[in-house]
Amino acid sequence: MPQESLVEIRNLNFSYDSRPILSGINMTIPRGKVVAVMGSSGCGKTTTLRLIGGQLKPTSGEVRVGGQVVHQLDASKLYALRRRMGMLFQFGALFTDMSVYDNIAFQMREHTDLPETMIRDLVLMKLHAVGLRGAHNLMPSELSGGMARRVALARAIALDPMLIMYDEPFAGLDPISLSIVGELIRKLNDALGASSIVVTHDVHESLKIVDYVYFVSEGKIVAEGTAEEMKNSTAPYVHQFVWGEADGPVPFHYPSRTTYGEELLEREVKRG
Amino acid sequence: MDNALLRFLQYLGNQVTRRIWRLGFASRFFLAIFLQSGTAFRRLNLTLREIYFTGVLSLIIILVSGLFVGMVLGLQGYDTLQRYGSTEALGILVALSLVRELGPVVAALLFASRAGSAITAEIGLMKATEQLSAMEMMAVDPIARVVAPRFWGGVVSMPLLAALFSAMGIFGGYLVGVQLIGVDEGSFWSQMQASVDFRQDILNGVIKSFVFGIIVSWVAVFEGYDADPTAEGVSGATTRTVVTSSLAILAADFILTAFMFRGA
Repeated sequence: MPQESLVEIRNLNFSYDSRPILSGINMTIPRGKVVAVMGSSGCGKTTTLRLIGGQLKPTSGEVRVGGQVVHQLDASKLYALRRRMGMLFQFGALFTDMSVYDNIAFQMREHTDLPETMIRDLVLMKLHAVGLRGAHNLMPSELSGGMARRVALARAIALDPMLIMYDEPFAGLDPISLSIVGELIRKLNDALGASSIVVTHDVHESLKIVDYVYFVSEGKIVAEGTAEEMKNSTAPYVHQFVWGEADGPVPFHYPSRTTYGEELLEREVKRG
Repeated sequence: MDNALLRFLQYLGNQVTRRIWRLGFASRFFLAIFLQSGTAFRRLNLTLREIYFTGVLSLIIILVSGLFVGMVLGLQGYDTLQRYGSTEALGILVALSLVRELGPVVAALLFASRAGSAITAEIGLMKATEQLSAMEMMAVDPIARVVAPRFWGGVVSMPLLAALFSAMGIFGGYLVGVQLIGVDEGSFWSQMQASVDFRQDILNGVIKSFVFGIIVSWVAVFEGYDADPTAEGVSGATTRTVVTSSLAILAADFILTAFMFRGA
Protein backbone atom coordinates (compact mmCIF):
# COMPACT_ATOMS: atom_id res chain seq x y z
CA MET A 1 0.00 0.00 0.00
CA PRO A 2 2.06 2.97 -1.23
CA GLN A 3 -0.17 5.85 0.07
CA GLU A 4 0.82 8.05 3.00
CA SER A 5 0.10 6.09 6.16
CA LEU A 6 -1.61 7.24 9.35
CA VAL A 7 -0.92 4.11 11.40
CA GLU A 8 2.23 2.02 11.11
CA ILE A 9 2.61 -1.21 13.07
CA ARG A 10 6.06 -2.74 13.01
CA ASN A 11 7.16 -6.13 14.41
CA LEU A 12 4.48 -5.93 17.08
CA ASN A 13 4.55 -8.61 19.75
CA PHE A 14 2.24 -8.79 22.71
CA SER A 15 1.87 -11.38 25.49
CA TYR A 16 -0.49 -11.70 28.45
CA ASP A 17 1.72 -13.02 31.25
CA SER A 18 3.79 -15.45 29.20
CA ARG A 19 1.02 -16.37 26.73
CA PRO A 20 1.76 -14.86 23.30
CA ILE A 21 -1.24 -13.07 21.74
CA LEU A 22 0.38 -11.24 18.82
CA SER A 23 3.60 -12.27 17.09
CA GLY A 24 5.45 -10.09 14.61
CA ILE A 25 2.48 -8.08 13.33
CA ASN A 26 3.16 -5.55 10.55
CA MET A 27 0.33 -3.37 9.27
CA THR A 28 -0.08 -0.07 7.49
CA ILE A 29 -3.28 1.98 7.61
CA PRO A 30 -3.19 4.64 4.86
CA ARG A 31 -4.91 8.00 5.29
CA GLY A 32 -8.47 8.10 3.99
CA LYS A 33 -8.83 4.32 3.71
CA VAL A 34 -10.98 1.74 5.45
CA VAL A 35 -8.95 -1.29 6.49
CA ALA A 36 -10.39 -4.50 7.93
CA VAL A 37 -8.63 -6.77 10.39
CA MET A 38 -10.30 -10.16 10.19
CA GLY A 39 -9.89 -13.42 11.98
CA SER A 40 -11.70 -15.86 14.21
CA SER A 41 -12.61 -15.04 17.81
CA GLY A 42 -9.63 -14.78 20.15
CA CYS A 43 -7.02 -14.36 17.41
CA GLY A 44 -5.83 -10.99 18.75
CA LYS A 45 -7.86 -8.50 16.67
CA THR A 46 -9.24 -6.49 19.59
CA THR A 47 -5.82 -6.57 21.28
CA THR A 48 -4.42 -4.90 18.15
CA LEU A 49 -6.98 -2.08 18.50
CA ARG A 50 -6.14 -1.64 22.18
CA LEU A 51 -2.45 -1.40 21.32
CA ILE A 52 -3.19 1.26 18.70
CA GLY A 53 -5.27 3.19 21.25
CA GLY A 54 -2.52 2.89 23.88
CA GLN A 55 -4.68 0.92 26.33
CA LEU A 56 -2.06 -1.84 26.24
CA LYS A 57 1.70 -1.66 25.87
CA PRO A 58 3.47 -3.97 23.39
CA THR A 59 5.95 -6.57 24.62
CA SER A 60 8.16 -5.51 21.71
CA GLY A 61 7.79 -3.63 18.44
CA GLU A 62 5.89 -0.40 18.02
CA VAL A 63 2.68 1.24 16.87
CA ARG A 64 3.01 4.69 15.29
CA VAL A 65 -0.05 6.90 14.91
CA GLY A 66 0.50 10.13 13.04
CA GLY A 67 4.26 9.60 13.43
CA GLN A 68 4.13 9.21 17.24
CA VAL A 69 5.13 5.95 18.91
CA VAL A 70 2.05 5.30 21.03
CA HIS A 71 3.59 3.35 23.92
CA GLN A 72 6.31 5.97 24.47
CA LEU A 73 3.84 8.82 25.00
CA ASP A 74 3.26 10.16 28.51
CA ALA A 75 -0.31 10.35 29.84
CA SER A 76 -1.03 13.90 28.64
CA LYS A 77 0.34 13.29 25.11
CA LEU A 78 -1.52 9.98 24.92
CA TYR A 79 -4.77 11.72 25.88
CA ALA A 80 -4.05 14.44 23.31
CA LEU A 81 -3.65 11.73 20.67
CA ARG A 82 -6.83 9.96 21.78
CA ARG A 83 -8.81 13.15 21.29
CA ARG A 84 -8.09 12.69 17.59
CA MET A 85 -9.27 9.08 17.64
CA GLY A 86 -12.77 7.67 17.79
CA MET A 87 -13.65 4.17 18.82
CA LEU A 88 -16.81 2.17 18.48
CA PHE A 89 -16.95 -0.67 20.99
CA GLN A 90 -18.48 -4.07 20.33
CA PHE A 91 -21.83 -3.36 21.98
CA GLY A 92 -21.67 0.43 21.80
CA ALA A 93 -20.53 1.05 25.40
CA LEU A 94 -22.94 3.97 25.66
CA PHE A 95 -23.06 5.65 29.07
CA THR A 96 -26.24 4.17 30.47
CA ASP A 97 -26.92 7.05 32.88
CA MET A 98 -26.95 9.61 30.06
CA SER A 99 -29.41 10.25 27.24
CA VAL A 100 -28.42 9.79 23.59
CA TYR A 101 -27.87 13.56 23.38
CA ASP A 102 -25.61 13.67 26.43
CA ASN A 103 -23.62 10.67 25.23
CA ILE A 104 -22.70 12.50 22.05
CA ALA A 105 -22.15 15.82 23.79
CA PHE A 106 -19.89 14.12 26.37
CA GLN A 107 -16.56 14.65 24.63
CA MET A 108 -17.49 18.15 23.44
CA ARG A 109 -18.26 19.18 27.02
CA GLU A 110 -15.13 17.47 28.39
CA HIS A 111 -12.64 18.76 25.84
CA THR A 112 -13.96 22.02 24.43
CA ASP A 113 -15.30 25.33 25.72
CA LEU A 114 -18.03 25.46 23.10
CA PRO A 115 -21.27 27.14 24.18
CA GLU A 116 -24.21 24.81 24.80
CA THR A 117 -26.08 26.19 21.75
CA MET A 118 -23.23 25.19 19.46
CA ILE A 119 -22.89 21.80 21.15
CA ARG A 120 -26.60 21.27 20.49
CA ASP A 121 -26.16 22.03 16.78
CA LEU A 122 -23.17 19.69 16.54
CA VAL A 123 -24.88 16.86 18.42
CA LEU A 124 -27.97 17.05 16.23
CA MET A 125 -25.76 17.18 13.13
CA LYS A 126 -23.91 14.01 14.19
CA LEU A 127 -27.19 12.29 15.01
CA HIS A 128 -28.65 13.38 11.68
CA ALA A 129 -25.64 11.79 9.95
CA VAL A 130 -26.54 8.41 11.47
CA GLY A 131 -30.27 8.92 10.95
CA LEU A 132 -31.21 9.27 14.62
CA ARG A 133 -31.81 12.98 15.12
CA GLY A 134 -35.32 12.19 16.35
CA ALA A 135 -33.96 9.86 19.04
CA HIS A 136 -31.84 12.43 20.90
CA ASN A 137 -34.04 12.37 24.00
CA LEU A 138 -34.05 8.59 24.41
CA MET A 139 -32.02 6.72 27.00
CA PRO A 140 -29.67 3.90 25.88
CA SER A 141 -32.03 1.31 27.44
CA GLU A 142 -34.74 2.45 25.01
CA LEU A 143 -32.63 1.77 21.90
CA SER A 144 -32.47 -1.38 19.79
CA GLY A 145 -29.06 -2.99 19.21
CA GLY A 146 -28.74 -1.39 15.76
CA MET A 147 -29.75 2.06 17.05
CA ALA A 148 -27.29 1.81 19.96
CA ARG A 149 -24.51 1.00 17.50
CA ARG A 150 -25.44 4.03 15.37
CA VAL A 151 -25.49 6.31 18.42
CA ALA A 152 -22.08 4.94 19.42
CA LEU A 153 -20.92 5.68 15.89
CA ALA A 154 -22.16 9.27 16.19
CA ARG A 155 -20.33 9.54 19.51
CA ALA A 156 -17.13 8.14 17.98
CA ILE A 157 -17.13 10.91 15.36
CA ALA A 158 -18.15 13.65 17.82
CA LEU A 159 -14.83 15.49 17.56
CA ASP A 160 -14.19 14.70 13.87
CA PRO A 161 -11.36 12.21 14.53
CA MET A 162 -8.53 11.44 12.12
CA LEU A 163 -8.74 7.73 12.98
CA ILE A 164 -11.88 5.73 13.73
CA MET A 165 -11.58 2.23 15.17
CA TYR A 166 -14.47 -0.24 15.10
CA ASP A 167 -14.47 -3.29 17.35
CA GLU A 168 -16.88 -5.85 15.87
CA PRO A 169 -19.35 -3.23 14.62
CA PHE A 170 -21.60 -5.86 13.01
CA ALA A 171 -21.89 -8.28 15.94
CA GLY A 172 -25.46 -9.21 16.80
CA LEU A 173 -27.18 -6.95 14.27
CA ASP A 174 -30.16 -7.81 12.08
CA PRO A 175 -29.55 -7.67 8.27
CA ILE A 176 -31.05 -4.16 7.90
CA SER A 177 -29.04 -2.66 10.77
CA LEU A 178 -25.97 -4.50 9.52
CA SER A 179 -26.24 -2.95 6.11
CA ILE A 180 -26.94 0.53 7.57
CA VAL A 181 -23.92 0.38 9.90
CA GLY A 182 -21.72 -0.90 7.03
CA GLU A 183 -22.74 1.97 4.77
CA LEU A 184 -22.30 4.52 7.55
CA ILE A 185 -18.74 3.34 8.24
CA ARG A 186 -17.81 3.93 4.61
CA LYS A 187 -19.71 7.20 4.17
CA LEU A 188 -18.53 8.78 7.41
CA ASN A 189 -14.93 7.82 6.72
CA ASP A 190 -15.08 9.48 3.30
CA ALA A 191 -17.01 12.53 4.51
CA LEU A 192 -14.60 13.19 7.39
CA GLY A 193 -11.48 12.33 5.39
CA ALA A 194 -10.55 10.00 8.23
CA SER A 195 -8.97 6.54 8.27
CA SER A 196 -10.83 3.58 9.67
CA ILE A 197 -9.84 0.22 11.11
CA VAL A 198 -12.66 -2.32 11.25
CA VAL A 199 -12.02 -5.36 13.41
CA THR A 200 -14.59 -7.97 12.43
CA HIS A 201 -15.32 -11.54 11.52
CA ASP A 202 -18.28 -10.59 9.35
CA VAL A 203 -16.77 -11.30 5.94
CA HIS A 204 -19.57 -10.42 3.56
CA GLU A 205 -20.57 -7.07 5.04
CA SER A 206 -17.03 -5.88 5.57
CA LEU A 207 -15.68 -6.92 2.17
CA LYS A 208 -18.36 -4.67 0.61
CA ILE A 209 -16.99 -1.53 2.28
CA VAL A 210 -13.27 -1.91 2.97
CA ASP A 211 -10.27 -1.02 0.83
CA TYR A 212 -7.81 -3.48 2.28
CA VAL A 213 -7.92 -6.56 4.50
CA TYR A 214 -5.51 -8.20 6.93
CA PHE A 215 -6.30 -11.75 8.03
CA VAL A 216 -5.01 -12.63 11.48
CA SER A 217 -4.79 -16.16 12.82
CA GLU A 218 -3.22 -17.17 16.12
CA GLY A 219 -1.65 -13.74 16.50
CA LYS A 220 0.01 -13.65 13.06
CA ILE A 221 -0.98 -12.07 9.77
CA VAL A 222 -1.65 -14.97 7.45
CA ALA A 223 -2.95 -13.05 4.42
CA GLU A 224 -3.52 -9.51 3.22
CA GLY A 225 -4.83 -7.78 0.11
CA THR A 226 -7.74 -5.87 -1.35
CA ALA A 227 -11.29 -7.08 -0.78
CA GLU A 228 -11.42 -8.48 -4.33
CA GLU A 229 -8.13 -10.34 -3.87
CA MET A 230 -9.40 -11.88 -0.65
CA LYS A 231 -12.67 -13.02 -2.26
CA ASN A 232 -10.71 -14.80 -4.96
CA SER A 233 -7.92 -16.04 -2.71
CA THR A 234 -7.02 -19.71 -2.83
CA ALA A 235 -5.00 -19.53 0.40
CA PRO A 236 -6.53 -22.30 2.56
CA TYR A 237 -7.19 -20.14 5.66
CA VAL A 238 -8.68 -17.24 3.70
CA HIS A 239 -10.79 -19.58 1.59
CA GLN A 240 -12.14 -21.35 4.70
CA PHE A 241 -12.88 -18.04 6.41
CA VAL A 242 -14.45 -16.24 3.43
CA TRP A 243 -16.64 -19.19 2.45
CA GLY A 244 -17.41 -20.25 6.01
CA GLU A 245 -16.20 -23.84 5.66
CA ALA A 246 -16.53 -25.93 8.82
CA ASP A 247 -13.20 -27.73 8.45
CA GLY A 248 -9.82 -26.70 7.10
CA PRO A 249 -6.74 -25.01 8.54
CA VAL A 250 -9.01 -24.13 11.48
CA PRO A 251 -10.04 -27.70 12.40
CA PHE A 252 -13.61 -28.73 13.27
CA HIS A 253 -12.38 -31.13 15.97
CA TYR A 254 -10.71 -29.89 19.12
CA PRO A 255 -7.27 -31.58 19.24
CA SER A 256 -7.20 -34.89 21.11
CA ARG A 257 -4.26 -37.13 22.04
CA THR A 258 -6.05 -40.25 20.79
CA THR A 259 -8.10 -40.92 17.67
CA TYR A 260 -11.80 -41.75 17.93
CA GLY A 261 -11.03 -45.30 16.75
CA GLU A 262 -8.46 -45.77 19.50
CA GLU A 263 -10.95 -44.57 22.12
CA LEU A 264 -13.62 -47.01 20.87
CA LEU A 265 -11.12 -49.83 20.89
CA GLU A 266 -10.03 -48.98 24.43
CA ARG A 267 -13.68 -49.08 25.56
CA GLU A 268 -14.19 -52.51 23.96
CA VAL A 269 -11.04 -53.84 25.67
CA LYS A 270 -12.31 -52.63 29.05
CA ARG A 271 -15.70 -54.26 28.48
CA GLY A 272 -14.10 -57.54 27.33
CA MET B 1 1.37 -36.79 52.10
CA ASP B 2 4.40 -34.63 51.31
CA ASN B 3 2.80 -33.61 48.04
CA ALA B 4 -0.42 -32.63 49.77
CA LEU B 5 1.50 -30.53 52.28
CA LEU B 6 3.49 -28.90 49.50
CA ARG B 7 0.30 -28.10 47.59
CA PHE B 8 -1.26 -26.65 50.74
CA LEU B 9 1.80 -24.47 51.36
CA GLN B 10 1.80 -23.34 47.73
CA TYR B 11 -1.89 -22.49 47.99
CA LEU B 12 -1.30 -20.61 51.24
CA GLY B 13 1.65 -18.68 49.80
CA ASN B 14 -0.32 -17.85 46.68
CA GLN B 15 -3.28 -16.57 48.70
CA VAL B 16 -1.07 -14.42 50.95
CA THR B 17 0.89 -12.97 48.00
CA ARG B 18 -2.32 -12.25 46.12
CA ARG B 19 -3.87 -10.42 49.07
CA ILE B 20 -0.73 -8.35 49.73
CA TRP B 21 -0.54 -7.46 46.04
CA ARG B 22 -4.22 -6.45 46.08
CA LEU B 23 -3.75 -4.34 49.19
CA GLY B 24 -0.86 -2.57 47.44
CA PHE B 25 -3.04 -1.98 44.38
CA ALA B 26 -5.86 -0.65 46.58
CA SER B 27 -3.42 1.75 48.27
CA ARG B 28 -2.12 3.05 44.96
CA PHE B 29 -5.73 3.41 43.83
CA PHE B 30 -6.51 5.43 46.97
CA LEU B 31 -3.59 7.74 46.19
CA ALA B 32 -4.73 8.05 42.56
CA ILE B 33 -8.21 9.15 43.75
CA PHE B 34 -6.63 11.98 45.75
CA LEU B 35 -4.40 13.01 42.87
CA GLN B 36 -7.32 12.97 40.43
CA SER B 37 -9.82 14.71 42.70
CA GLY B 38 -9.48 18.08 40.97
CA THR B 39 -12.37 17.38 38.60
CA ALA B 40 -14.63 16.31 41.50
CA PHE B 41 -14.08 19.68 43.22
CA ARG B 42 -13.89 21.88 40.12
CA ARG B 43 -17.09 20.47 38.67
CA LEU B 44 -19.04 20.34 41.88
CA ASN B 45 -22.23 19.22 40.14
CA LEU B 46 -20.62 15.78 39.55
CA THR B 47 -20.03 15.32 43.29
CA LEU B 48 -23.42 16.82 44.23
CA ARG B 49 -25.08 14.28 41.97
CA GLU B 50 -23.31 11.47 43.83
CA ILE B 51 -24.25 12.98 47.20
CA TYR B 52 -27.84 12.79 46.00
CA PHE B 53 -27.52 9.14 44.92
CA THR B 54 -25.55 7.91 47.93
CA GLY B 55 -26.80 10.31 50.61
CA VAL B 56 -30.30 11.50 49.83
CA LEU B 57 -31.47 8.14 48.51
CA SER B 58 -30.16 6.43 51.67
CA LEU B 59 -32.24 8.70 53.90
CA ILE B 60 -35.24 6.41 54.26
CA ILE B 61 -33.26 3.40 55.52
CA ILE B 62 -31.12 5.60 57.79
CA LEU B 63 -34.02 7.51 59.34
CA VAL B 64 -36.26 4.50 59.87
CA SER B 65 -33.40 2.42 61.30
CA GLY B 66 -32.36 5.29 63.55
CA LEU B 67 -35.90 5.62 64.87
CA PHE B 68 -36.17 1.93 65.71
CA VAL B 69 -32.69 1.69 67.23
CA GLY B 70 -33.54 4.70 69.44
CA MET B 71 -36.87 3.14 70.45
CA VAL B 72 -35.15 -0.12 71.40
CA LEU B 73 -32.52 1.83 73.37
CA GLY B 74 -35.37 3.59 75.18
CA LEU B 75 -36.97 0.30 76.18
CA GLN B 76 -33.75 -1.50 77.12
CA GLY B 77 -32.30 1.56 78.86
CA TYR B 78 -35.42 2.11 80.94
CA ASP B 79 -35.50 -1.56 81.92
CA THR B 80 -31.88 -1.42 83.17
CA LEU B 81 -31.99 2.05 84.76
CA GLN B 82 -35.16 1.43 86.76
CA ARG B 83 -33.31 -1.30 88.70
CA TYR B 84 -31.03 1.42 90.03
CA GLY B 85 -33.76 4.01 90.39
CA SER B 86 -32.20 6.34 87.87
CA THR B 87 -34.65 6.37 85.00
CA GLU B 88 -34.20 10.12 84.62
CA ALA B 89 -30.76 9.33 83.16
CA LEU B 90 -32.44 7.66 80.16
CA GLY B 91 -31.75 10.70 77.99
CA ILE B 92 -28.01 10.48 78.68
CA LEU B 93 -27.90 6.76 77.96
CA VAL B 94 -29.76 7.08 74.67
CA ALA B 95 -27.80 10.13 73.50
CA LEU B 96 -24.32 8.87 74.45
CA SER B 97 -24.94 5.42 72.99
CA LEU B 98 -26.04 7.00 69.74
CA VAL B 99 -23.60 9.86 69.21
CA ARG B 100 -20.54 7.94 70.40
CA GLU B 101 -21.16 4.47 68.95
CA LEU B 102 -24.40 3.37 67.41
CA GLY B 103 -24.94 6.43 65.23
CA PRO B 104 -21.62 6.29 63.36
CA VAL B 105 -21.31 2.48 63.35
CA VAL B 106 -24.84 1.39 62.45
CA ALA B 107 -25.25 4.22 59.95
CA ALA B 108 -21.94 3.19 58.33
CA LEU B 109 -22.99 -0.47 58.17
CA LEU B 110 -26.29 0.53 56.58
CA PHE B 111 -24.49 2.92 54.25
CA ALA B 112 -22.14 0.11 53.15
CA SER B 113 -25.10 -2.16 52.37
CA ARG B 114 -27.24 0.46 50.67
CA ALA B 115 -24.87 2.89 48.94
CA GLY B 116 -21.52 1.03 48.95
CA SER B 117 -22.92 -1.99 47.17
CA ALA B 118 -24.70 0.27 44.66
CA ILE B 119 -21.47 2.16 43.88
CA THR B 120 -19.56 -1.11 43.37
CA ALA B 121 -22.27 -2.56 41.15
CA GLU B 122 -22.48 0.61 39.06
CA ILE B 123 -18.72 0.94 38.49
CA GLY B 124 -18.37 -2.83 37.98
CA LEU B 125 -21.11 -2.82 35.34
CA MET B 126 -19.58 0.22 33.66
CA LYS B 127 -16.37 -1.80 33.42
CA ALA B 128 -18.16 -4.94 32.18
CA THR B 129 -19.98 -2.98 29.46
CA GLU B 130 -16.73 -1.23 28.42
CA GLN B 131 -18.00 2.21 29.46
CA LEU B 132 -14.79 2.85 31.40
CA SER B 133 -12.68 1.77 28.42
CA ALA B 134 -14.76 4.00 26.16
CA MET B 135 -14.14 6.91 28.50
CA GLU B 136 -10.39 6.25 28.45
CA MET B 137 -10.44 6.16 24.67
CA MET B 138 -12.22 9.53 24.71
CA ALA B 139 -9.23 10.89 26.64
CA VAL B 140 -11.25 11.20 29.85
CA ASP B 141 -9.73 9.63 32.97
CA PRO B 142 -12.36 7.34 34.59
CA ILE B 143 -10.75 7.81 38.01
CA ALA B 144 -11.24 11.57 37.76
CA ARG B 145 -14.66 11.48 36.09
CA VAL B 146 -16.35 8.41 37.63
CA VAL B 147 -14.45 7.26 40.72
CA ALA B 148 -13.44 10.48 42.52
CA PRO B 149 -16.93 12.09 42.52
CA ARG B 150 -18.44 8.88 43.91
CA PHE B 151 -15.71 8.63 46.54
CA TRP B 152 -16.16 12.22 47.74
CA GLY B 153 -19.94 11.92 47.51
CA GLY B 154 -19.75 9.01 49.97
CA VAL B 155 -17.25 10.76 52.26
CA VAL B 156 -19.48 13.85 52.51
CA SER B 157 -22.73 11.91 52.88
CA MET B 158 -21.60 9.58 55.65
CA PRO B 159 -21.22 12.07 58.58
CA LEU B 160 -24.51 13.75 57.60
CA LEU B 161 -26.32 10.42 57.56
CA ALA B 162 -24.76 9.41 60.90
CA ALA B 163 -25.89 12.72 62.44
CA LEU B 164 -29.42 12.20 61.14
CA PHE B 165 -29.37 8.60 62.41
CA SER B 166 -28.41 9.81 65.90
CA ALA B 167 -30.99 12.61 65.88
CA MET B 168 -33.72 10.22 64.80
CA GLY B 169 -32.54 7.68 67.40
CA ILE B 170 -32.77 10.27 70.18
CA PHE B 171 -36.26 11.11 68.98
CA GLY B 172 -37.13 7.38 69.07
CA GLY B 173 -35.77 7.13 72.63
CA TYR B 174 -37.86 10.17 73.58
CA LEU B 175 -41.02 8.66 72.07
CA VAL B 176 -40.64 5.43 74.00
CA GLY B 177 -39.11 6.78 77.21
CA VAL B 178 -41.12 9.96 77.67
CA GLN B 179 -44.29 9.57 75.65
CA LEU B 180 -44.90 5.84 76.10
CA ILE B 181 -43.36 4.94 79.48
CA GLY B 182 -43.70 8.30 81.17
CA VAL B 183 -40.12 9.29 82.10
CA ASP B 184 -40.01 12.96 83.10
CA GLU B 185 -39.52 15.04 79.96
CA GLY B 186 -37.53 17.77 81.70
CA SER B 187 -35.04 15.29 83.18
CA PHE B 188 -34.74 13.50 79.85
CA TRP B 189 -33.65 16.58 77.94
CA SER B 190 -31.82 18.52 80.67
CA GLN B 191 -29.62 15.61 81.78
CA MET B 192 -28.82 14.88 78.16
CA GLN B 193 -27.86 18.52 77.58
CA ALA B 194 -25.74 18.62 80.72
CA SER B 195 -23.87 15.37 80.13
CA VAL B 196 -23.22 15.21 76.41
CA ASP B 197 -19.96 17.02 75.69
CA PHE B 198 -19.60 18.63 72.28
CA ARG B 199 -15.90 17.85 71.75
CA GLN B 200 -15.62 14.57 73.61
CA ASP B 201 -18.84 12.99 72.39
CA ILE B 202 -20.30 14.72 69.35
CA LEU B 203 -17.09 15.74 67.58
CA ASN B 204 -15.52 12.33 68.13
CA GLY B 205 -18.66 10.74 66.72
CA VAL B 206 -18.42 12.97 63.67
CA ILE B 207 -14.73 12.06 63.23
CA LYS B 208 -15.65 8.38 63.44
CA SER B 209 -18.35 8.69 60.81
CA PHE B 210 -15.98 10.65 58.56
CA VAL B 211 -13.37 7.85 58.81
CA PHE B 212 -16.07 5.24 58.16
CA GLY B 213 -17.18 7.27 55.13
CA ILE B 214 -13.64 7.11 53.74
CA ILE B 215 -13.44 3.35 54.41
CA VAL B 216 -16.78 2.47 52.82
CA SER B 217 -16.30 4.75 49.81
CA TRP B 218 -12.75 3.54 49.21
CA VAL B 219 -13.72 -0.12 49.40
CA ALA B 220 -16.80 0.44 47.22
CA VAL B 221 -15.05 2.28 44.38
CA PHE B 222 -12.02 -0.03 44.48
CA GLU B 223 -14.06 -3.23 44.36
CA GLY B 224 -16.09 -1.85 41.45
CA TYR B 225 -13.01 -0.75 39.54
CA ASP B 226 -11.18 -4.03 40.19
CA ALA B 227 -14.20 -6.29 39.51
CA ASP B 228 -13.91 -9.01 36.89
CA PRO B 229 -15.92 -7.70 33.92
CA THR B 230 -18.54 -10.46 34.12
CA ALA B 231 -21.91 -10.86 35.86
CA GLU B 232 -20.26 -13.21 38.36
CA GLY B 233 -17.37 -10.80 38.89
CA VAL B 234 -19.65 -7.84 39.64
CA SER B 235 -21.78 -9.95 41.98
CA GLY B 236 -18.65 -11.09 43.87
CA ALA B 237 -17.32 -7.54 44.07
CA THR B 238 -20.62 -6.27 45.50
CA THR B 239 -20.56 -8.95 48.19
CA ARG B 240 -16.91 -8.18 49.00
CA THR B 241 -17.75 -4.49 49.39
CA VAL B 242 -20.34 -5.20 52.08
CA VAL B 243 -18.23 -7.81 53.90
CA THR B 244 -14.89 -5.95 53.74
CA SER B 245 -16.26 -2.53 54.61
CA SER B 246 -18.39 -3.91 57.49
CA LEU B 247 -15.38 -5.68 59.04
CA ALA B 248 -13.16 -2.64 58.43
CA ILE B 249 -15.76 -0.35 60.09
CA LEU B 250 -15.92 -2.52 63.21
CA ALA B 251 -12.11 -2.82 63.43
CA ALA B 252 -11.63 0.92 62.88
CA ASP B 253 -14.32 1.65 65.47
CA PHE B 254 -12.39 -0.31 68.08
CA ILE B 255 -9.14 1.50 67.29
CA LEU B 256 -10.78 4.95 67.21
CA THR B 257 -12.69 4.28 70.43
CA ALA B 258 -9.49 3.17 72.16
CA PHE B 259 -7.83 6.46 71.25
CA MET B 260 -10.81 8.79 71.75
CA PHE B 261 -12.46 7.62 74.94
CA ARG B 262 -9.67 6.13 77.04
CA GLY B 263 -10.23 7.17 80.64
CA ALA B 264 -13.11 9.43 79.64
